[in-house]
Amino acid sequence: MVEKFDAIVIGAGPSGNAAAYTLAKQGLNVLQLERGEYPGAKNVQGGIMYAAELEKIIPDFREDCPTERHIIEQRIWLLGDDNYIGTNYRSDAFNSDKPNRYTIIRANIDKWFSEKIREAGGLQICETTVTELIRDASGKVIGVRTDREGGEIHADVVIMADGVNALLARRTGFQQELAPQNVALAVKEILFIDPELIQQRFGLKDEEGVVIEIMGKVTKGMVGTAFLYTNKESLTIGIGCLISDFKEGSIPPYKMLEDLKNHPVIKPLIEGAEMKEYAAHMIPEGGYKAVPQLYGDGWMVVGDAAHFNNAAHREGSNLAMASGRMAAETVIELKQAGKPCNAANLAAYKKKLDDSFIMKDLKKYRNLPGIMHENKQFFGAYPDTLTAAAHSWFTVDSVDKKTKEKEIMKSFVKKRSIMGLVGDAIKLVRAVR
Amino acid sequence: MSIVVKIEEKLYQNRYIVDESRPHIQIRNDAVCKSCESQACTVCCPAACYTKNETGSVTLATDGCLECGTCRVVCQDKENIQWDYPRGGYGISYKFG
Ligand SMILES: Cc1cc2nc3c(=O)[nH]c(=O)nc-3n(C[C@H](O)[C@H](O)[C@H](O)COP(=O)(O)OP(=O)(O)OC[C@H]3O[C@@H](n4cnc5c(N)ncnc54)[C@H](O)[C@@H]3O)c2cc1C
Ligand code: SF4
Repeated sequence: MVEKFDAIVIGAGPSGNAAAYTLAKQGLNVLQLERGEYPGAKNVQGGIMYAAELEKIIPDFREDCPTERHIIEQRIWLLGDDNYIGTNYRSDAFNSDKPNRYTIIRANIDKWFSEKIREAGGLQICETTVTELIRDASGKVIGVRTDREGGEIHADVVIMADGVNALLARRTGFQQELAPQNVALAVKEILFIDPELIQQRFGLKDEEGVVIEIMGKVTKGMVGTAFLYTNKESLTIGIGCLISDFKEGSIPPYKMLEDLKNHPVIKPLIEGAEMKEYAAHMIPEGGYKAVPQLYGDGWMVVGDAAHFNNAAHREGSNLAMASGRMAAETVIELKQAGKPCNAANLAAYKKKLDDSFIMKDLKKYRNLPGIMHENKQFFGAYPDTLTAAAHSWFTVDSVDKKTKEKEIMKSFVKKRSIMGLVGDAIKLVRAVR
Repeated sequence: MSIVVKIEEKLYQNRYIVDESRPHIQIRNDAVCKSCESQACTVCCPAACYTKNETGSVTLATDGCLECGTCRVVCQDKENIQWDYPRGGYGISYKFG
């Protein structure tokens, strides 16, 4: 006899964990399947974790959640060839009892979350890849097939939380293949280092942390960003660009990462650290316009698989957790009302998403991906011109300031016409309005 | 700035559970690679799994694969890469992620 569950959740990343936990907590009979050796084994994150969404799901998560450092300072740097210009925001107010953002090590968080699901009564099976969705004659999804012997399992609803590749939805025809301009490839390394060096170099004490978001010459004119985050005993460094740009370019991603590590302003920060892991993962960056069909008869899709990622703010895991929770709550409400999980009823999930920050934020930035893609000057000409301007401004060399000002303006206009500059400003403002 | 990168040294730090002689990704047709102008997979793959070979075609070795999916995305117009995840439990196993 085929085993049957109230719900099957595919994947043990933040979206699947949020869904499975919410369902298990309400006493539903839930099965979670994960292809990795353990939860987190296949998962990559920069990683900043935003507390708000996790707190909604597990209010007292701070008691035992293995976070790294709470963030007290955010830097945004624009890198030139051998220099940078940037902003820092640091506040002691971030040293509260309930910090808002933490750096994390993905695998630690996923294991911890999975433990909570088991405690709540959810059944979890790792080392199992779901190979296919099973559908009945009407096309309704009624279960999954896995790569295990006799691996057919049925459920009232299947929640696909299988991440950016979303193979299952693609194979079933629920989604198109990712367009190269809608997805970034990021590579990152974890570098272990004496915590005292972290504190000295970044001006920190105890579990305070700094994060640096980086733009500029390091992406070689391609649309992309880099980052450097402080963990307890390690630093995370990474860089990512749109796949359409990698496809046209000639630099491999690992070379780009190495150049970043050797950049004169980055190198001193990571000097002496030991690299312990090299990872790569895609990030869905197409935004609102790339969001696929989100539900149908017997199925829903959450997290990265649903293209829920806010590239402008580097938020992904919180959208993943929120959508996982909303999918689960939809199922719980239907169960309680004795209604089936058909497409008409699961439309309530879409309604929840539309009313939440997920769709509101994605909609706000809907034109940004296109603008970045068509306006490479944001990643090529501007970093150069800006850092050169700063260099001139801060070099004391007996040239009068008025002349300097003029020269700086001239250099901007040379790179890009006045109309171009104004146009760029307008485009950016429109995109984020 | 020119820095030589040894990708093997990077991959060496990673933990893999290799599914002997069961590659999860395959090139469908050698001839298509030969006629492919860009051979973008050889540049884009973050684990350097694809290399241009003497015959002008592309050789694929999946042992260092990070399961990102990039090669499938860049080759979608040619549809010459058959892409799957490894069997459950196999492949890259991130310690930190
Ligand atoms: C380099 C990088 C930096 C990032 N930085 C940040 C950041 O600082 N802050 C932030 O909030 N977000 C960040 N993100 C985004 C964030 O990591 C993702 O949005 C988030 O992990 C998505 O969660 P998910 O559960 O939807 O998917 P995933 O985390 O990808 O989880 C999917 C899971 O499903 C499993 N799976 C897939 N297919 C199958 C199958 N067929 N059968 C069984 N199991 C399957 C996988 O093994 C995996 O465990 C970053 C991403 C990257 C790549
Ligand atoms: S999935 Fe990623 S790491 Fe693996 S072969 Fe393709 S591009 Fe390379």
